[in-house]
Amino acid sequence: MAAKAILGTKLGMTQVFDDENRIVPVTVVEAGPCTITQVKTVDTDGYTAVQMAFGSRKHTNKPAAGHLAKAGVDSARTLAELRLDGVDELPELGDTIECDTFARGETIDVTATSKGKGYAGVMKRHNFKGMGDGHGVKRKNRHPGSVGNASTPGRTFKGKRMAGRMGGERVTVQNLEVVDIDTTNGLILVKGAVPGSNGSVVLIRSAAKGQQGELPTTTNEEGGEA
Amino acid sequence: MNKVDLVESARMRDDIPDFRPGDTVKVHARVVEGSRSRIQVFEGVVLRRQGGGLRETFTVRKVSFGVGVERTYPVHSPIIDHIELTRRGKVRRAKLYYLRDRVGKKARIREKRETAANG
Repeated sequence: MAAKAILGTKLGMTQVFDDENRIVPVTVVEAGPCTITQVKTVDTDGYTAVQMAFGSRKHTNKPAAGHLAKAGVDSARTLAELRLDGVDELPELGDTIECDTFARGETIDVTATSKGKGYAGVMKRHNFKGMGDGHGVKRKNRHPGSVGNASTPGRTFKGKRMAGRMGGERVTVQNLEVVDIDTTNGLILVKGAVPGSNGSVVLIRSAAKGQQGELPTTTNEEGGEA
Repeated sequence: MNKVDLVESARMRDDIPDFRPGDTVKVHARVVEGSRSRIQVFEGVVLRRQGGGLRETFTVRKVSFGVGVERTYPVHSPIIDHIELTRRGKVRRAKLYYLRDRVGKKARIREKRETAANG
């Protein structure tokens, strides 16, 4: 399975009916067109990858404009790189990627910056259970509980999960399904939710764990079944 | 038109009659039983229409053997074969939840008199 990727804008969610008339929740992503702005090879960069540009912006600084001009692009909202290790046929500089690189039923991973939640407590941030609402617990219903012991060890362990900034980080959701493709409008319908707010840039890649129904690449010897 | 509406409008049905809460409808829905499918008719009063676009649903209420039964269908669902509008009702609100507390004569809905203007 060749690696594929495309950048797009998350437009919002809705639902559609599938072949068996069931309701499927979908996220509408306006994907592409993306332009290949750089082709990296082992000779030039030490590894194989392509860089692609998506969207446009009002102002582009001169270094970026110069870089993009090589591929015939004026400006870009985002650049993303896709590793293509072990791929023989690399795309050319200036090639465009449209949403039809993906097909209906394909399994994909979607990466984006999640919605910022601000300073969040432990129940929201780490799914702690909090404390009892009543039953002798006084004003501590969303409390994390103890964060450590007394003189042994006399400190709180590093990495102890506490309240703090939540969201606004790069998140990948794996193994989502492409429900439909609308080539005329450049839309991809992704089954389920995708990180980020509406209007944010998402990166869609073919699933790292392989397509559904496809056997894993590692050979699994049969046996041990009674 | 925004692009999400574009996705929805392409999948919306245009063969659904214009019906409102208070109307009496017969919903002909396809029911799959094992390998074969048949059409099941559910007749009752439209209690509400809820949501918009492709996600719009409606609820039909009928009293079956003395028990109130409500079914909610997506308006644009492919399982609906067709909807028959049997009676237009005259009601003064969009959600007819008050019908749940009423039985017999009190649960009646007056029929809407068609005037030439909205004929």
